[in-house]
Amino acid sequence: MRLDLVPRARRSPLAEALSPVLAFVTAVLIGGVAVSLLGVSPGAAFAVYFVTPLSELWSLQEIAVKAAPLALIATGLAFCYRANLWNIGAEGQFVVGGLAGGWVAVATQGSAGSTAWILPAMLLAGTLAGIAYAMIPALLRVQLDVSEILTSLMLVYVAELLLDYMARGPLRDPAAFNFPQSVAFDAAARLPYLMEGETLHAGVLLALAATVIATLVLGRSLFGFATRVVGESPRAARFAGFSEVRLTLAAFAISGGAAGLAGVAEVAGRIGQLQPTISPGYGFTAIIVAFLGRLSPLGILAAALVIAITTIGGEAAQIDLRLPLDLTRAFQGLLLCLVLGADVLTRFRIRLVSGAAR
Amino acid sequence: MSLDMIQMVLVTVLTAATPLIIAALGELVVERAGVLNLGVEGMMVCGAALGFAAAVETNSTLLGALAGAGAGMGLAAVFGLLTVGLAANQVASGLALTILGLGLSGLVGAGYVGQKREPAPHLYVPGLSDLPGIGRLFFGQDAFVYAGLGLAAGIAWFLWRTRAGLILRAVGDDHAATHALGLPVRGVRFFAVLFGGACAGLAGSYLSLAYTPFWAPAMTAGRGWIALALVVFASWRPGRVVAGATLFGGATVLQLHAQAASIGLPGQLLSALPYVATILALVLLSLGRRRGGSLAPAALGRDFTPHR
Repeated sequence: MRLDLVPRARRSPLAEALSPVLAFVTAVLIGGVAVSLLGVSPGAAFAVYFVTPLSELWSLQEIAVKAAPLALIATGLAFCYRANLWNIGAEGQFVVGGLAGGWVAVATQGSAGSTAWILPAMLLAGTLAGIAYAMIPALLRVQLDVSEILTSLMLVYVAELLLDYMARGPLRDPAAFNFPQSVAFDAAARLPYLMEGETLHAGVLLALAATVIATLVLGRSLFGFATRVVGESPRAARFAGFSEVRLTLAAFAISGGAAGLAGVAEVAGRIGQLQPTISPGYGFTAIIVAFLGRLSPLGILAAALVIAITTIGGEAAQIDLRLPLDLTRAFQGLLLCLVLGADVLTRFRIRLVSGAAR
Repeated sequence: MSLDMIQMVLVTVLTAATPLIIAALGELVVERAGVLNLGVEGMMVCGAALGFAAAVETNSTLLGALAGAGAGMGLAAVFGLLTVGLAANQVASGLALTILGLGLSGLVGAGYVGQKREPAPHLYVPGLSDLPGIGRLFFGQDAFVYAGLGLAAGIAWFLWRTRAGLILRAVGDDHAATHALGLPVRGVRFFAVLFGGACAGLAGSYLSLAYTPFWAPAMTAGRGWIALALVVFASWRPGRVVAGATLFGGATVLQLHAQAASIGLPGQLLSALPYVATILALVLLSLGRRRGGSLAPAALGRDFTPHR
């Protein structure tokens, strides 16, 4: 038996929209089998993972608060991945963004006079830190042709250790009884809540704004067009005179800046202080989100919500059904595998031919 | 420093280098066939988890190592199906494999956290192993270390001294031409991917069976990624993989000693050393070969769909 792939002359928009859905349904079915192997009824697990999170106000807010950084980071990553650039260090850019923003908050703690500038300064510092950190792999790639995949990933570990050091060392709250954390930020250094007494904060708006801007830039601007051409046909891009160097730096700056902004929004929104770890792996999960959303901003927004629902559901399942949290991670990895496999259906027709493998 | 102390240091360097050697050699074969599998970390951590679980259940280190290699191979089969069979994006599929592997390893290993085993037995040859200065280094290692070194020699022989090795390198350099010659491009690639997975799994099981004989979640701590960097650093040559891995093993041991001796630097800075060293190594390598062209297999990372 042999698997033959016949390229499609035209991509069908229906198949493109349906392929992630198909992948998701398959992943849920496989997940159901895994869950029943672990001795839990698949129906009950489905309810806890996908239905309960949508049925209460507090968990709906949690979904939005978790989906926001994922959407923001993944939207930035879409620029890189569309240009065939592999920034997989968004986690590190997220962490340095949070660290830089948090540093501003700690340094301005209790300052007298007008404090309205503190939050914008934090957001700016976080974004710039993310950009600067993303420039390291970008510059190494354009100047020395060093693989951006490896350097961006190695810098994740470095960033995590840096934050760990800062939160336990220089930025630790001296009055915290040796707890490794900074002082709690002033109200002026916190993102405002959108509803009185609830957890939904303004970081969600940042993600929505990023979606709108990215949709316009990718779909309606010369830069967005050049990004796509460089990714899909580097030769054509060279003939068209698009500068690969400029584009590489720009794509990395966008993704690093978005990740840095998401990082500072996380510390200024949900956490409210610096801790040795500030991310449950948002930067890596965002890679899944980017591909699940087919690298389009609107798709990414939807994908971020889906992944956030499974994450909240996974936490609930851990408590209610004693299902391990790693099940959620394995499910997300499986989902990405299936999304990538299903993508083939949009590009090729698959034919099974008898005969030896070639 | 006495001869025995030097030997002690060299022994620890070699044991720290062994997982990198095994995993990087597997990936070297995969990349020589033109496939970039970024899922080494995921296959390795699965090998560590399943290897430890199997060793505890069967009370056999050998079966544990085999189970570890099998786990890596199983994940590699998924990757091969996606990228070689369905021409899916290799970079993204490799990342998916890493995420999947970290999750699966957590599931498998959950029941084994906190358990301990005896480390894999070390070779002991009466007389030879007791030789002062060199006995323990050459005749007193565990089987993984010898397997790693043997693998390096075997792969070097296979790639440059056999017809099958020539075909594998040809597939990695120009898949269209090898396909035109009637050679099974996708078959070769799939087997290479499986081999790489088995090596990564074996390297992982070394961690949980010999290096630190217990299972801890995500215990590979980025070694799979360092192995990937080593392949580039070694210019896709087995001998240089061993040399490079020994350098990295040395850096790891140095870092541990520095941390133990508390020389006044923050522990986090020392822990960051291997990662920074990896970046520096890649930069230096790139500076060093500005004049020559790229040494990477020409078709590395490009997918292949035969047309007729």
